[in-house]
Amino acid sequence: MNSPEYSLTDLSPPQTARIPGDLAMWCFILAELLAFLLLLGSMAFARGHWEQMFSAGIATLHPEAGLINTLILLSGSYFAARGVRLSAQGQPRALGRGFSLAALCGLGYVAIKLSEYALLFGAGYNLRTDTFYFFYFFTTFFHMAHVLIGMVILLVVARRYRTGQYPNADKARMAGESAASYWHMVDLVWLVLFPLLYVLP
Amino acid sequence: MKYASQAVAKPYFAFAMLLFVGQIVFGLILGTQYIIGDFLFPEIPFNVARMVHTNLLIVWLLFAFMGATYYLVPEESQTELWSPKLGYALFWIFAVAGVLTILGYLLVPYARLAELTGNDLLPTMGREFLEQPTVTKIGIALVVAGFILNILMTVLKGRKTVVNMVLVTGLIGLAVFWMFSFYNPKSLVLDKYFWWWVVHLWVEGVWELILGAILAFILIKTTGVDREVVEKWLYLIIAMALISGILGTGHHYFFIGAPSYWLWIGSIFSAIEPLPFFLMVLFALSMLRQRRREHPNKAAVTWAVGCTIMAFLGAGVWGFLHTLAPVNYYTHGTQLTAAHGHLAFFGAYAMIGMAIISYAWPKLHGRECNSPQAQRMEIWSCWVMSLSMLAITLLLTWAGWIQIELQRLPGDAGAIGYMQTQDAIMHVYWMRLAAGVAFAVGLGMYLYSFLVARNTREEAPALMTAA
Repeated sequence: MNSPEYSLTDLSPPQTARIPGDLAMWCFILAELLAFLLLLGSMAFARGHWEQMFSAGIATLHPEAGLINTLILLSGSYFAARGVRLSAQGQPRALGRGFSLAALCGLGYVAIKLSEYALLFGAGYNLRTDTFYFFYFFTTFFHMAHVLIGMVILLVVARRYRTGQYPNADKARMAGESAASYWHMVDLVWLVLFPLLYVLP
Repeated sequence: MKYASQAVAKPYFAFAMLLFVGQIVFGLILGTQYIIGDFLFPEIPFNVARMVHTNLLIVWLLFAFMGATYYLVPEESQTELWSPKLGYALFWIFAVAGVLTILGYLLVPYARLAELTGNDLLPTMGREFLEQPTVTKIGIALVVAGFILNILMTVLKGRKTVVNMVLVTGLIGLAVFWMFSFYNPKSLVLDKYFWWWVVHLWVEGVWELILGAILAFILIKTTGVDREVVEKWLYLIIAMALISGILGTGHHYFFIGAPSYWLWIGSIFSAIEPLPFFLMVLFALSMLRQRRREHPNKAAVTWAVGCTIMAFLGAGVWGFLHTLAPVNYYTHGTQLTAAHGHLAFFGAYAMIGMAIISYAWPKLHGRECNSPQAQRMEIWSCWVMSLSMLAITLLLTWAGWIQIELQRLPGDAGAIGYMQTQDAIMHVYWMRLAAGVAFAVGLGMYLYSFLVARNTREEAPALMTAA
């Protein structure tokens, strides 16, 4: 049983698995994901029911805008994660910078989403047009509301971090990881929404 | 009692219990009228009895919430109440207005009451649960505004805690949504649409914040668990309550003329509504498991834990039973709704009211808790009330099922009429009345426990003065 990977002389303590951020935040994230899951499940059901309506509706959307928004959100997640990592490596200022950049990405996302809405409203589509547009407008709006909440969380944590309002380093790290985890959740939901709404024919 | 001004809670609690008794008396009258249609007619017609039954519920819960707030805010803020005088004055104004309104319902024909109170100047009467004359509605708004001012001023001068913040947010929400009771558009669809902004956004929205805050306060006090842990649970519960509850309003917009997309929104978001109630059960049980002290007030703990379980059953499970649009298509407005309403209101709000009274009343009378004999009686009353309410719920569910089976599921040719269906339910109504009597006995036992407590006060531990 002498596996070459294990060294008998390595006495460093085993790595213990740890959830990044607060457990309560993860409960919240799971609950949010449950809400989106129900929404997406209903959308899948409706899509199976009204295939042509969905195809016709998808053809009126703006996939380029969706793609740009996907890239923007991914960049936002990168900045947030980088902020957490660098601050853990002894660069406390990196967290505020990373979170601010991530929130800026969120702002870009919202601007593009709103202009998409403006184009669709201009073309005469709205929440009541048919079941497809209900799902499109409602689901993306509900998601955009989460982008806004995520931005607020990031900015609040960044500010409290910068002004030293956390009682100790452990609490500060926990808050940073919790905020970034929430932001990743928002990103993750979009990564599912984008192909379902814009790409899948 | 740590602060003298907490005593303002006393008359609120006592009056809440008095109104609760009135509510149950009218409940029994209604239960009888379901069987003997002209029982007490023409003195108390069914519609009047129903109005009194539901209005007394709302008002006694408001008194209990106010009492709870006057009790817990000074203790949380670690300061005396801003103005105890205002608290007492508002109590008398609210109590007198409440009694006059109920007497108005009972002594004057409703249309005449509308005339007498100048309803035509600002018509707001004649809508379910919002039957109060416009002057009473204005009175409630003013009382609540004065109450919130008193509480805000207290909170601002004292220690800021999450429990206080959640409670105050809930109370402000209560006041804001009450404003929609003054909006009474001509279109029946719009009327119902915004009517739910009071009714639903109260009981499935902001009241849940009040419930969560009171529950958290009782659990902090009785288990001694770290505030930080309790606060995280509270945040999680209220976030879920708001996420599911606000858009969950949609489950009331099925088939009333609102846009059809509400079928989706209502179904999806109200499917999540049981979650915050389930979290409350987990919260209470986990706090008990992690408790750092054995609080002598077992009765208060019984009410608090019982409240979470019954609320989960009544609001969560029984709500979910008929909340999905395809199901609600058949169950809309049947006795299933009444089943849900009874268990949800009792579990979530009546029980939290009795939990805080159970915790605070001995303290307001200089004792840590009631004597063991009084507590035993109280815990028995909790079981009797809970089980008989569960029986009422199961029986009304059965009655609802008969309605659905005979009236709703068959096609037009096979369905039988409303009154014929009522005849088919009659035996269930008899059993429901029996369960209602059992509930009244439970309430009697609860009130009797106060007497036992008074007679055995020497056997109860005195209040510990150290914080």
